[in-house]
Amino acid sequence: MDYGLTELQREMVALSRELAVKKIKPVREKYDESEEFPWDIVEELRKADLFGVYLPEEYGGMGGGLFELGLISEQLSRTCGGIALCLMTSSLCSMPILVFGSPEQRQRFLPDIASGKKLGAFCITEPGSGSDASSLKATAVADGDHFILNGVKNFCSSGKASETYVVFFSTNPKRGARGITAFIVEKGTPGFTFGKKEKKMGIRANSTHELVFSDCRVPKANILFKEGMGLLVAQNTFDFARPGVGAQAIGIAQGALDETLAYTRVRKQFDVPVASFQAIGHMLAECATQIEAARALFFTTVRAMDAELLPAVKKAIAENITVYEAMKALNCRRWSKESAMVKVFSSDVAMKVTTDCVQMCGGIGYMRDFPVEKYMRDAKITQIYEGTNQLQREEIARMLVKEAASSEREAAGS
Amino acid sequence: MNIVVCVKRTPASTSVALDPQTGAVKTAGLPHGINPFDEYAVEEALRLKERIPGTKVAVLSVGPAENDEVIRAALALGCDTGVLLSDPAFAGSDVYALSLILAKGIQKVAETRGGVGLVLFGRQSNDGESGHTTAAVGARLGWPSVISVRKIPEAADAAVTVERLREDGTDVLQLTLPAVLSVLKEINEPRLPSLRGKMAAKKMPVETWGAAALGLSADVVGKAGSRMDVVKMAPVPSRGAGVVITGETPEDKAQALVAKLKEAKFI
Ligand SMILES: Cc1cc2nc3c(=O)[nH]c(=O)nc-3n(C[C@H](O)[C@H](O)[C@H](O)COP(=O)(O)OP(=O)(O)OC[C@H]3O[C@@H](n4cnc5c(N)ncnc54)[C@H](O)[C@@H]3O)c2cc1C
Repeated sequence: MDYGLTELQREMVALSRELAVKKIKPVREKYDESEEFPWDIVEELRKADLFGVYLPEEYGGMGGGLFELGLISEQLSRTCGGIALCLMTSSLCSMPILVFGSPEQRQRFLPDIASGKKLGAFCITEPGSGSDASSLKATAVADGDHFILNGVKNFCSSGKASETYVVFFSTNPKRGARGITAFIVEKGTPGFTFGKKEKKMGIRANSTHELVFSDCRVPKANILFKEGMGLLVAQNTFDFARPGVGAQAIGIAQGALDETLAYTRVRKQFDVPVASFQAIGHMLAECATQIEAARALFFTTVRAMDAELLPAVKKAIAENITVYEAMKALNCRRWSKESAMVKVFSSDVAMKVTTDCVQMCGGIGYMRDFPVEKYMRDAKITQIYEGTNQLQREEIARMLVKEAASSEREAAGS
Repeated sequence: MNIVVCVKRTPASTSVALDPQTGAVKTAGLPHGINPFDEYAVEEALRLKERIPGTKVAVLSVGPAENDEVIRAALALGCDTGVLLSDPAFAGSDVYALSLILAKGIQKVAETRGGVGLVLFGRQSNDGESGHTTAAVGARLGWPSVISVRKIPEAADAAVTVERLREDGTDVLQLTLPAVLSVLKEINEPRLPSLRGKMAAKKMPVETWGAAALGLSADVVGKAGSRMDVVKMAPVPSRGAGVVITGETPEDKAQALVAKLKEAKFI
């Protein structure tokens, strides 16, 4: 389907696809097996200029937005959703810096992420605080012009491999959700170490790490946005990042379908290709339709989001203010509902499609030396991280009720 | 040093079908790209550029206007300039005529850019597969040519040392430049373009040199200048089913295998 891509966007798709097929495909099983970090692929992505497609040219990016990030995330995930994640977690770190960072922070941190010289990560989760992110326990206590960080964060994607971390601490436990503050912490800061590395079901090429902070001193200049505004930073980051999980899910689903289509056309039973059985054909048709529907929702949503985000970024750079301030000035809206819809829909499609793909391939589909089962394992995470799909549905429902109530109020008022 | 790397535009697939009626190679409608074997030549040219300071790489391609696409693909990878050798009169050239067009193109690069040190080719094309072009161009230019190069251990402005793969070993050859080489797949792993490289290559000028610019008359190029007629092409017959040697023990199987090999007069 032609989604009216520009020449640059078409080149991004072609290049990320070429890189995935030529460089990632030959090593994806190796990394899935060894659970090592794919540094050779990081180097390829760097050389190809793909780390900065969604960042402003002023910081060494290619000037795109969430749409471009999604385009390449889909293509990379189509070959390996685990390897693709090293690029996507960098965006999870750079998006809050872009949107909430001061002009100095943008200048200090974004160029190295845009060039791929440094990887970035984002961590709010703690052992006792997952879906209920505002219950986090890690603390930051002021000490002159520094803060002292203490606590444990877990499940940090691209943990240890990354250089730059956006991490959330409570600067005022008494205020609960309003006491949370976002910090930018660099690897190597004394008191910041790495704990357990998780052993996972899928996306095994990405390291999921515990982050340990013990009396880690960071300068006040590393506060992202304002003290006590951390939850706002996190929520807005997720609004912008969740469609990326959708793109990853769409890529995983598409990759599984590609493999399944190829196999079912050559696998013969009862003397005919299994794809010619109506039962299989209809499953293929259903998978392809669901994927296209997810992609259409993704493209439509992120285009609308970029249409608001990119002018705000321009304004912020021109006027030396934060992008968030520019968004307020331009009356940009919040995208929580739509962005949750993209994530929920695409990740559910990915789970259904990859499960059906294993089924269509039969016994070989279940085997680890055939690529399809890995897609099913990789798909599962897209329903869990960046907020489980249960929480996304909660959010969508809440927004629906809120919107209905406010339109009723408007109608009553007019 | 100036290096010329020659690239052909061919179907972007490793196997190309033949038309069973005409025997011609069916390429219409297929996606095209740089001949996969030529990618190694482009990569080696770029690596030499990185090794020898001041080196510039020019890409040449003979063919219709569509060949612009493969020249730009090579520019995106880091080649410096590109020239399309194109003229309606060139259509239908065999290796004999093609080597003349390329030799003239290379000479013109040498005249306009201060000499040429090395000319690099891929081992063969994935459609025509003659594998003769390198030697023919060398002969046309009167320069030494070496095919099947698997390594260039030493390279400088005046001379290169190359390893040529043979069935029974490797020759190490030292060549004074200029020289013409064709490289094997073993020589390197081609890089991918960067996004910026791709976008910049779209805007780079690509010159076109026709028959007149190369000083070629219509009777020495195209069908008229060719010496070869393709009478018939046929697909390679598909391989028959293999024989599975069975037996109780490995010894039994070995004996059965030896008997079969003797029967076929292989041993
Ligand atoms: C591989 C991996 C990578 C990750 N990477 C990161 C990362 O980089 N950074 C980061 O900060 N976090 C990361 N996470 C954490 C992830 O975001 C959380 O695991 C997720 O938000 C769910 O939290 P939890 O695991 O604590 O589950 P819980 O919150 O304990 O949820 C358990 C179950 O209860 C349900 N549930 C909880 N609350 C409600 C509710 N109110 N209504 C209905 N159902 C509810 C959930 O949907 C779920 O099914 C990662 C997780 C994994 C597995």
